[in-house]
Amino acid sequence: MSLVVESVAKRFDRFPALKGVSFTAPKGCFLALLGPSGSGKTTLLRILGGLEFAESGRVKFEDIEWLALPARERRAGFVFQQYALFRHMTVAKNIAFGLEVRGRGHRPPRAEITRRVEELLSLVQLEGLGTRYPSQLSGGQRQRVALARALAIEPRMLLLDEPFGALDAKVRKELRHWLRHIHDKTGITTVFVTHDQEEAMELADLVAILNQGTIEQIGTPAEIRRAPASEFVADFIDSTADVRPNLVIATFEPRSAHA
Amino acid sequence: MSDIALPFRPRGATQEHPVARVALVGAAAVFVVLFLLLPLITVFAEALKDGISAAIAAITEPDALSAIKLTLIAAGIAVPLNVTFGLSASWAISKFDFRGKSFLVTLVDLPFSVSPVVSGLVYVLIFGMQGWLGPYLRDHDIKIIFALPGIVLATMFVTFPFVARELIPLMTDQGRDEEEAATSLGASGWKTFCRVTLPNIKWGLLYGVLLCNARAMGEFGAVSVVSGHIRGQTNTMPLHVEVLYNDYQFVAAFAVASLLALLALVTLAVKTFLEWRYADEIAAVHKH
Repeated sequence: MSLVVESVAKRFDRFPALKGVSFTAPKGCFLALLGPSGSGKTTLLRILGGLEFAESGRVKFEDIEWLALPARERRAGFVFQQYALFRHMTVAKNIAFGLEVRGRGHRPPRAEITRRVEELLSLVQLEGLGTRYPSQLSGGQRQRVALARALAIEPRMLLLDEPFGALDAKVRKELRHWLRHIHDKTGITTVFVTHDQEEAMELADLVAILNQGTIEQIGTPAEIRRAPASEFVADFIDSTADVRPNLVIATFEPRSAHA
Repeated sequence: MSDIALPFRPRGATQEHPVARVALVGAAAVFVVLFLLLPLITVFAEALKDGISAAIAAITEPDALSAIKLTLIAAGIAVPLNVTFGLSASWAISKFDFRGKSFLVTLVDLPFSVSPVVSGLVYVLIFGMQGWLGPYLRDHDIKIIFALPGIVLATMFVTFPFVARELIPLMTDQGRDEEEAATSLGASGWKTFCRVTLPNIKWGLLYGVLLCNARAMGEFGAVSVVSGHIRGQTNTMPLHVEVLYNDYQFVAAFAVASLLALLALVTLAVKTFLEWRYADEIAAVHKH
């Protein structure tokens, strides 16, 4: 077992976001954190990325005391919901960022960085777009730049926050399979947050279902379908299948400035 | 779309009646000419009334030169310090949550709401001969009031909000996402600031610096209280203008005043030029 999370808890202004979450996941697995909004899934992801601090609990990853490492030393590639691309940099500069900010001695030579950027651009199928600015790209293209940027640092762990949340239904489906493909190719332990049960069930090796700061169930999609551990799980899987929240989200984008 | 003929021309929902439009635009134009353009022209016209050589003589006489020099020194110290403080305040306010944040925002605005004369008086009360620290300063032979340090302090107080006011809304709007991304990619705090935060705010920062500088060089009230009006020593340009005017040396007064007016025009020109030159980049940073 490679990723071990032990009773991680976190509060925001007395409102408990996570009430002692524990689970284990094998190295190289593709794990989905699934739950309604406010269930704590994004908080858990941000704790794994070092962007938020747990109040108690511990996380071990590949035998490293994970929470003791500062965010910048974890080499956890984080893909943000709104991509958070550096808007004043070209696509190539965005991807190269993680390599260029390394200290002297750890920084690869310029030619090597250029080569890596080209390689990643072709991995995410954006050859020739290296000189564009993020504002000149479509949502799906930005998403892929964000992923390439996270992969550039050769991450130990890949963390994705609602990776397809801001995309329309068609692009979403395409990128889903493509993301799974990239995961299988690189073998990096990947955790992604989603509120879309269809997405989680289709993509992930393991699905953890969160509700009000606790994990209701964790297992393979088949296990969860066969034997939902609680009424909430059964309900959540069922109701979201009917409502198809992905279609609702795709037409209603509250942060349209980023669209 | 528009080739279908309509029997009448529909007016857009937000369009005013043509008469109202002309009246509004006309009123605005008259106002601009009367209150902004005319005074500016008057300053230059009065300065050049006795010919350009008289104006140049007024600017190059020793007391005027000393005033220009003092203004440049005071602004040269006050502006960089205010840029540093303004940047740190905006950074703290926009990127972090902490207790007393709204109090800090109010505090940043304080110099805007306090009369400059009061700000000047505060320094006299603290550092002046009769002030709290007066005896101590006198014993150690440190001069603050009626000297350069007092002028710099008063200028800094009055011009403090310019940089912060420009940056806080901009940085709040941009959020923390990009900084978080930089951190997760392994950048240190300093590198994140230099490579991500600073480039994103550079236009706002530049504008803040220009405004701050224009005000620093033009400040009258607060500096007037702490300066002591010693000709050739503690007179800044605005104070020098007042002295000349009170001496009925109108041409000289307006000549120095036109220098200050020129500074304002240059500030505006530089800002407009930069906005025009880097329009694409500014749009990219703001839209995204």
